Amino acid sequence: MLRAEIQITLKKRVVDPQGSTIRNALDSLDFKEVEEVRIGKLITVKLNLKDKKWAERKVDQMCQKLLANPIIEDYSFKIEEA
Amino acid sequence: MNFGVVVFPGSNCDQDCLYVIKDILNQPVEYIWHRDMKLESFDCIVLPGGFSYGDYLRTGAIARFSPIIKEIPEFIRQGKAVIGICNGFQILLEAGLLPGAMLRNRNIHFICRYVYIRVENSETPFTNLCRNGQILRMPIAHNEGNYNIDDKGLQELNENRQVVFRYCNSEGEITDESNPNGTLDNIAGIMNKEGNLLGIMPHPERSSESLLGSEDGLFIFKSIVKWLEKR
Repeated sequence: MLRAEIQITLKKRVVDPQGSTIRNALDSLDFKEVEEVRIGKLITVKLNLKDKKWAERKVDQMCQKLLANPIIEDYSFKIEEA
Repeated sequence: MNFGVVVFPGSNCDQDCLYVIKDILNQPVEYIWHRDMKLESFDCIVLPGGFSYGDYLRTGAIARFSPIIKEIPEFIRQGKAVIGICNGFQILLEAGLLPGAMLRNRNIHFICRYVYIRVENSETPFTNLCRNGQILRMPIAHNEGNYNIDDKGLQELNENRQVVFRYCNSEGEITDESNPNGTLDNIAGIMNKEGNLLGIMPHPERSSESLLGSEDGLFIFKSIVKWLEKR
């Protein structure tokens, strides 16, 4: 069994309204060192697979097809033994 | 002229759409379950608003894989009309049937109120009873209506006159103050290049009776009827 951890983030060019709201909240809590906050998603997927290379290929397909929207989002993932 | 209103799990404007088409426009209309794939008998498909699949992952991200969505390209190719309202618009974007994507509203609030939109292209099946620059008053009700596309995509939309509606003020001016959700270039509705598939965030079905505060939505439904009659 393998476990994929997929990180999805908004592309750099895309404004992140949640991120800027949280940045402002941190600022009002006196965390003056905060320059920028970006929000993303973390998705974990358990896979009935043994071969890591094959798993990478499948997870990449999942990201392209459903998990991320390539117009506004970037994704990255790592795969480990579950 | 047969209208079909698609019902996804989580649609909640399907009954309003059916009511307007049936009881106000007196046109034949029926519901289509999202798993149905037989669209031959229909001339116009309405993808209604709501929260298909609970808006999980991204709005429209799961509904776009419904069997009925696979039939839309062929339906469009036959020159028939499709209108996606609110969540219907979001589904069309996720399906890649319209370019671009929706982001969360810039103020991260769900916005539910009346807005003004300006008709940017009156030579479409959806606006032929309007004149260019006409101001319509309709409600919006969404959390993700902040339309986004890259520079090249925006240029193409403008060059092909695919932007059908923009948010404006009561005078018809396109201003940042009249942009409710941060949407690029105040875009409220776009269509495909062929001009027979529209995505619109405001709700014409909620503004088709004076009792509800506006009848401006009827311009859109009646335009479709007129277009279908001439087809």
